[in-house]
Amino acid sequence: MAGPGVKSSFWTGVRDGLPFLLVILPFATLFGVVASDAGLNAGEALAFSLAVIAGASQFTALQLLQENVPLVVVLASALAVNLRMAMYSASLTPALGKLPLWKRAVCAYFLVDQNYALSVVKFEKERDLSLAEKFAYFLGATMPLCPFWYAFTVVGALVGSAIPTEWGLDFAMPLAFIAMIGPALRTGAHRTAALVASVAALTFAFLPFNLGLLVAAGLGMAAGAEVERRVGAK
Amino acid sequence: MIDRTELWIVIVALGLGSFGLRFVFLGLVGDRPLPEWLTRHLRYTAVAVLPALVMPLVVWPSATEGETDPVRLTAAGVTLAAAYFIKNVILSMLLGGLVLAGGAYWFG
Repeated sequence: MAGPGVKSSFWTGVRDGLPFLLVILPFATLFGVVASDAGLNAGEALAFSLAVIAGASQFTALQLLQENVPLVVVLASALAVNLRMAMYSASLTPALGKLPLWKRAVCAYFLVDQNYALSVVKFEKERDLSLAEKFAYFLGATMPLCPFWYAFTVVGALVGSAIPTEWGLDFAMPLAFIAMIGPALRTGAHRTAALVASVAALTFAFLPFNLGLLVAAGLGMAAGAEVERRVGAK
Repeated sequence: MIDRTELWIVIVALGLGSFGLRFVFLGLVGDRPLPEWLTRHLRYTAVAVLPALVMPLVVWPSATEGETDPVRLTAAGVTLAAAYFIKNVILSMLLGGLVLAGGAYWFG
């Protein structure tokens, strides 16, 4: 099945993923800086990024570790932030589920917000892509993301406290996520889901262990699905 | 100071757990068809989870110790409006970043 279509799919993925470097580089660097502030060396920061590859979750874990909360709570909270990955995994299964197991494991390991967002849109728009082309696109979209995530974690850890916190780098992640949400609000159902999730996230923020995030996300998804069911929209 | 044993337990366990979450459907469910109600919910994963993750960070930023910050609120609003209307992720982020930097300059 390998052919020009596969190759071009790979490079289309690379090209589509490239703009996210502007998100990944500062964000990975920031994690390195925060890790170094917390007393981690570059190797430990890199191990963190290699094992987890998920910014929000890594930040959550690091912050809670410093607050000396019980390990179980640290893990539960950080995993809760990553629970959306299970949803991404399920959402990509119709497209990538026929791949051999080891390729599915590769996709699973590298699955992050950005390549998910790109792939789900791509696979929905171009339904006639072959399985090999889809896999190639996903890998292509991963290239500008994960390797740079590892590398710039190390850069951040080495640069360390040389970067002043007043730069507002803490806000890079929220802005990046918001910028990704905007184009996704295509239908009334999508807008309803986002609105319900937003309001619920603030309403349930009092819940311990980041449970508010899970409740809000669940309510938002249910609201979107319900609107779609009533309107019959896709 | 973070305890080294605890740190490595968290790194390993969080790594395994995160992989598990990413693998659960792709790896274990495979190509068996998912029920329609589930796929209908999953279509709204991104537009529900990301706002739920972001909203508290926007309204109660950790950098200001949870105090609502007009500059950050404005930056978030500008980013959302730009992303919604222009549909360009990077341009929207840059606009939001400019508002943030400008706000920090004028009011900081």
